[in-house]
Amino acid sequence: MNEVSNSTHDSYSTTLLGFWVYLMTDCILFTTLFATYVVLHNNTYGGPSGRELFDLRFALTETFLLLVSSCTSGLAPLSLDKKALKKTFFWFGITFLFGAAFLVLELSEFTRFVEGGNGWTRSAFLSAFFTLVGTHGLHISIGLLWMIVLLVPVWKNGMTLLSCKRLHCFKLFWHFLDVVWIFIFTVVYLMGAF
Amino acid sequence: MDTNEPHYKVSVASCTVGFLVSVLLTAAAYFTVTEQLFAKKTTVIVIGIFAFLQAVAQLLFFLHLGQEGKPRWQTLTFFSMVTVLSILIIGSLWIMYNLNYRMMN
Repeated sequence: MNEVSNSTHDSYSTTLLGFWVYLMTDCILFTTLFATYVVLHNNTYGGPSGRELFDLRFALTETFLLLVSSCTSGLAPLSLDKKALKKTFFWFGITFLFGAAFLVLELSEFTRFVEGGNGWTRSAFLSAFFTLVGTHGLHISIGLLWMIVLLVPVWKNGMTLLSCKRLHCFKLFWHFLDVVWIFIFTVVYLMGAF
Repeated sequence: MDTNEPHYKVSVASCTVGFLVSVLLTAAAYFTVTEQLFAKKTTVIVIGIFAFLQAVAQLLFFLHLGQEGKPRWQTLTFFSMVTVLSILIIGSLWIMYNLNYRMMN
């Protein structure tokens, strides 16, 4: 009995460590995109610079939406206890809504840029911008999809240890994306605005 | 039986503190830029520091970095990632600005 418990425990923390290592490599991916953006951000090729394009209040709204989403995902309890299940769905529901609102704002910003003739083909600055912010947006979209895929079986069959483990990984992923967004907000929007 | 329970404890206090610190630092960085409190170079440094502090706050209060039991594999992989990250950022900027300087002057 003791051995079985130990192996379950081990597999739980090993999975989390493995996922954590994935997050660290993902962070290096974002780092290379940040480095590219910082190198290219002045190469506007006669097109608009960040100062003309960015709307800081809009970016601030996005920042707070994602922050609330990250915080509420941290509040969702992961427990095999049935009484906790309502709370879990409540907090993940809020996480999903705020995450989706963030994504809608980001896509509307992209649409505004492209419709104004400032798509990713306009200049090196805009290519770097769309690659960096778009990669983050892609992570958010996949995260939202992942959340649904994880929560449907919990809704149907109740919480299992496996679901707990997967949702725990999801929480790490979601918090991590908010940390990346802090730097996008600062380096891209704030530093680009003056 | 205890080990079968997921060892993830929700800490409302830690989440609230992380959230409040993040809101304050985001607002501080935003107003530093919109109110133009400092000269351009100082502003870049100040909002850079705000971003760094907020990242540290979120790593501690949301991701609970460094609060695992020994051996601290997560913390170890985190800091090796930071090493790679620094080499990438500092190296790229150094090389590209140097190249730009030599080509344009």
